[in-house]
Amino acid sequence: MIPAPFDYVAPSSVEEALAALQQHGDDAKILAGGQSLLPVLRMRLNAPELIIDLGRIDSLRGVRDDGDAIVIGAMTPHSVVGADPLVAEHALLVAKAVAHLADAQVRHRGTFGGALAHADPAGDLGGPARALDAQFVIAGPAGTRTVPADDFFVDLFETAISEDEILTEVRIPKHTGWGAHHEKMVRVAHQWPICAVAATARVEGGTIADIAIGLANMGSTPLRARGVEEALRGQPATEDAVRAACGRAAEGANPPSDLNGSAEYRNHVVTVMCRRAVLGAVQGAGA
Amino acid sequence: MTRINLTVDGMKVSDDVEPRMLLVQYLREKLGKTGTVVGCDTSNCGACTVHLDGESVKSCNVLAVQADGHDVTTIEGLAKDGRLHPVQEAFRECHGLQCGFCTPGMIMQSIDLLNHNPQPSEQEIRVGLEGNLCRCTGYHNIVRAVQYASGQLVAAAGEAGGVAEEVTPA
Amino acid sequence: MTAVEAQPMDTKEIGRDRRRKEDARLITGRTRWTDNLQLNGMLHLAMVRSPFAHARITTIDTRAAEEATGVVAVLTGEDLADTQGACINAWAITTDQVTPAHPPMPVDRVAFAGETVAVVVARSAAEARDAAELVEIDYDELPAALDLKEAAAASAENGGALAHPDLGTNKSAFWRFDSAEAGTGGDVDEAIAQAREDGVVLEREYRQQRLIPAFMEPRSVVVDPTGEQITVWSATQIPHILRFALAATTGVPESKIRVIAPDVGGGFGGKLQQTPEEMIAFAVARRLGKPVKYTETRSESLLSAHHGRDQWQKLTLAATKDGHVTGLKVELLADLGAYVALVGGGVPVLGAFMFNAIYKFPAYQFNCQTVLTNKTWTDAYRGAGRPEATYAVERLMDELAAELGKDPLEVREMNWIKHEEFPFTTVAGLEYDSGNYEAATARAKELFGYDDLRAEQKRRRDSGDPVQLGIGVSTFTEMCGLAPSRVLGQLNYGAGGWEAASVRMLPTGKVEVITGASAHGQGHETAFSQIVADRLGVPFEDVEILHGDTQVVPRGMDTYGSRSLVVGGEALVRAADKVIEKAKPIAAHLLEASIDDLEFKNGRFGVRGTDQGLAIGEIATASFAAHNLPDGVEPGIDADATYDPVNFNFPHGTHLCAMEVDTETGETRMRKYTCVDDIGVIINPLIVSGQVHGGLVQGIAQALWEEAVYDDSGTLVSGTFTDYLLPTAADTISFDIDHTSSPSTTNSLGTKGVGEAGTIASTPAVVNAVVDAVRHLGVDDIQMPCTPERVWKAINTAGSGGETVDAAVPHLSTEEGQA
Repeated sequence: MIPAPFDYVAPSSVEEALAALQQHGDDAKILAGGQSLLPVLRMRLNAPELIIDLGRIDSLRGVRDDGDAIVIGAMTPHSVVGADPLVAEHALLVAKAVAHLADAQVRHRGTFGGALAHADPAGDLGGPARALDAQFVIAGPAGTRTVPADDFFVDLFETAISEDEILTEVRIPKHTGWGAHHEKMVRVAHQWPICAVAATARVEGGTIADIAIGLANMGSTPLRARGVEEALRGQPATEDAVRAACGRAAEGANPPSDLNGSAEYRNHVVTVMCRRAVLGAVQGAGA
Repeated sequence: MTRINLTVDGMKVSDDVEPRMLLVQYLREKLGKTGTVVGCDTSNCGACTVHLDGESVKSCNVLAVQADGHDVTTIEGLAKDGRLHPVQEAFRECHGLQCGFCTPGMIMQSIDLLNHNPQPSEQEIRVGLEGNLCRCTGYHNIVRAVQYASGQLVAAAGEAGGVAEEVTPA
Repeated sequence: MTAVEAQPMDTKEIGRDRRRKEDARLITGRTRWTDNLQLNGMLHLAMVRSPFAHARITTIDTRAAEEATGVVAVLTGEDLADTQGACINAWAITTDQVTPAHPPMPVDRVAFAGETVAVVVARSAAEARDAAELVEIDYDELPAALDLKEAAAASAENGGALAHPDLGTNKSAFWRFDSAEAGTGGDVDEAIAQAREDGVVLEREYRQQRLIPAFMEPRSVVVDPTGEQITVWSATQIPHILRFALAATTGVPESKIRVIAPDVGGGFGGKLQQTPEEMIAFAVARRLGKPVKYTETRSESLLSAHHGRDQWQKLTLAATKDGHVTGLKVELLADLGAYVALVGGGVPVLGAFMFNAIYKFPAYQFNCQTVLTNKTWTDAYRGAGRPEATYAVERLMDELAAELGKDPLEVREMNWIKHEEFPFTTVAGLEYDSGNYEAATARAKELFGYDDLRAEQKRRRDSGDPVQLGIGVSTFTEMCGLAPSRVLGQLNYGAGGWEAASVRMLPTGKVEVITGASAHGQGHETAFSQIVADRLGVPFEDVEILHGDTQVVPRGMDTYGSRSLVVGGEALVRAADKVIEKAKPIAAHLLEASIDDLEFKNGRFGVRGTDQGLAIGEIATASFAAHNLPDGVEPGIDADATYDPVNFNFPHGTHLCAMEVDTETGETRMRKYTCVDDIGVIINPLIVSGQVHGGLVQGIAQALWEEAVYDDSGTLVSGTFTDYLLPTAADTISFDIDHTSSPSTTNSLGTKGVGEAGTIASTPAVVNAVVDAVRHLGVDDIQMPCTPERVWKAINTAGSGGETVDAAVPHLSTEEGQA
């Protein structure tokens, strides 16, 4: 319950934070909202020598409109993201997923960037980020680079962010007018999901014009259900069509077996949840 | 050691703390605010919930140094001038507690819930309290307490089965 | 129905839903949890625990830890071997029970993962924890006895793993009850043989998974050795038993030990223990002469505080073709874990008398083998033996109904004891004092809307709805009010079952009541105040209930087994009555009246036929001044009473549950839950409803969510609240509860225990409902907890869904990332 001792700095700019990272390398750990890091420290599963708290860097907070995308600052708390009108208008899937994320206290404190950088494959934001083709803006000693969602998630708890870099913001291409649905299966409300499906769709005249589906806890990273998407693009938004296509939801998945379900079970149940998520999304899109 | 200055339950405090000290440990051990308790080590139970700048947080999941410059309210700071906060009163009225260990966190989270949604449905109350575990009450009377605090219930004395009944529309 | 005798008092308070006295402090944070205590010079302990289920300790190197900042001492089992005492088993269920010695800190061998091997003492809890990481221990791993069935079969001869190799067996005790041998019923084997010829025989095996009590307040202990008496504060249900055990095993005179249970945050049986941590803290404080504190983390609590349940139940039920049960045979394997805990092997025996439940089974046999394994020890958890028994019989009654194509309520009614048959001596030899199963069931059916829900179930079945509806029935009764000392003696239990109370009349007319029951959330201060206020005719507010401190309460048997009200409450009544008797001659003297002309009513001694009288408080004042007492009468009207119950009492109830089952995913959702319990006379309906709600959710949680799971190496994988799944408000619903009342005839208040009722009945009601929802798909059992995967598998393979995979995926990463 008591973390091992560490030093602490709370820089007021990204530059200062990068300098601190540069200086301390592996011995330092970035603290965003801390809702996953602090439990790890309390359980002494990790014992960094230095904690670099991004909480005093105001520029990392907030949601803004940037033409064809909305931009969510890495340090924006989930509760702010979930209530933001830009998010609701242009990235409804994010708003829906955030509503399912952890609990109210954690949403007040936990941050959008922190959760994504933590890269728990069971996390609620990875699926939507992949489905919406989010772009991750990462600052490092050599400047800023942008990584697409498909390349951002590398492995279990591992992302494209290097040890000397910081995730500063996430750009989400506008999906204005898209329907969205987040289907999450838990045994009890406060646990990590058995799996989750995040679906968003654009419907034109009863036909699925475009669709994107992200999966959580179906592998070591959040996944895209590309097979289902391909099968549904241009198809009528009917239950039969959706049901047939969602049989492919587990293609390429490699889910874990654990206390809450075997891989076999997850491979089955994701097809049902995918159907429900897609139907929810197309209904939301006016089908 | 890092110097922190903050306001806790209306009192300005200033202390040197180890960076690793959790806010809940600071409250309990440095300030003697033992009304706030620790029930787990994974932030599942919510017993340590306090308000940080008016919003509920789990104080086991905040470092004391992160609270520097901020305003903290605990269960001990709710009652004003000897008058209980309406949510405290509701928990008592509706028997929303038994052993009382989860109660500080439950009350603090219930207040936050009502701040954001003054007239929640039963399901909204239940979901709004998903970050707080209770082992005694089965949640039934906690939900009633939040309904009561929101003015959606009136007390019904003498009923063997229930505590409070829904307000019947006129 | 038997009626209780008219009470010689007005019941202004009894039956009233008084708001709780306890709450004013609890809702404002003005609490006294053990961990809140800070004493000058207090040192803090951190435990170093074994990561192995079974291993020999080869070396312990404490040097680095001893050098660390703030460290006062690092002590091992060897260091404390002579002073640490022992953890006792108070109930050897047979005279030849195999009981391993249980030193609080083992010297050379650990028997479960989580056992304490060394203790670090430091100025702060943080420093103690830091130094604990520096203690280096080498172990030689030994084969671990983990699986219950394999452990039961293992022996020195067949080379199976033994939890304690020196004992030569894992079998601790075999306990049997046979109704033919006891003369309480027929021969069960004959009944089964007969049914195989012309009736129905059901053979089932059910798993009672291992549970963790998971009280919300982690255990904490403070020991202060600086006074003449050593004072122990502990988050315990049993301060008196703990004091006895400390004295009996350490040699410290009992008179030199004071144990205080201050505010205690829930127990549910989980704090009905004399723990190694308490013993270690006691030994360390004595050795160092300084106050010490140890507070466990939640993970330590889940790992090392005792677990509950963990049985395999093999059941054979014989019945006639029309549904009359003719015999029940029970064969249990019960997992004790690494040691025989305080009550330990007695837990299944507490269930032995309840498998016949509310029914008139003509023949019954109960067999139980308790087994040692290299896992956390098991002991009482809410209901202790009785939920297991009720689960088995109530699952079987549903199976019998299904087998015969009858309604499950109809089969139960054919077999239960009719209300006019009370008092009734059961096939297990207990005398049930009162009950009315017909009334409770009728009320439950009405409240539940049984017929409408059955109609909806049929509609969903006929239409092939992917979401099916199931209706689960469970009735229950339990023996509570533990316990008549004579019965405990016959069962070889190490203590009696009485309870003590004192009523102290203060000179100002206020009343202090001392009870040997030790509350930890039940609301004793309120309910007991109501009883005393009525009995003495004083205001509710004037009564103060004192408990949980051996110096204030010299004698007590503490709180468990739904005993506080029915045993402790009766002791209160008797003490209060003695006060009235003592006051009477003083009142007569002061009123210059004959004792025979006095009547005591509403707290006042009145002289019949006059308006003269004196309140009991005035007598207390007069007795305090002692200026004018009758000759030979001592000052003071305080009185003590100790009540030893003559029988148990038997609350009962009918529970109905509707569950929706998503046949595509196996997910379950509770739709409706109704229960009607008969707990006799209710002192405080508010408190009773709270006990029922909370009990229901614990029982529902066994059915659906909770399971302590070990991996193949004996590591507890459900070792945090991330993986041991307590339900939240979002996972549960509001309940419809009501009561019928057949007052108990075994105590003068007519009350029955309520603490365990909800838990006992709800588990089978929920599983019956889930099975009922998918029975038409070929399912006749689903192993608990009914996870979505198990339900889905049961539907798809017509099996019980299989074992839990023993892995937990980490969400607490040690990897990179900003979080």
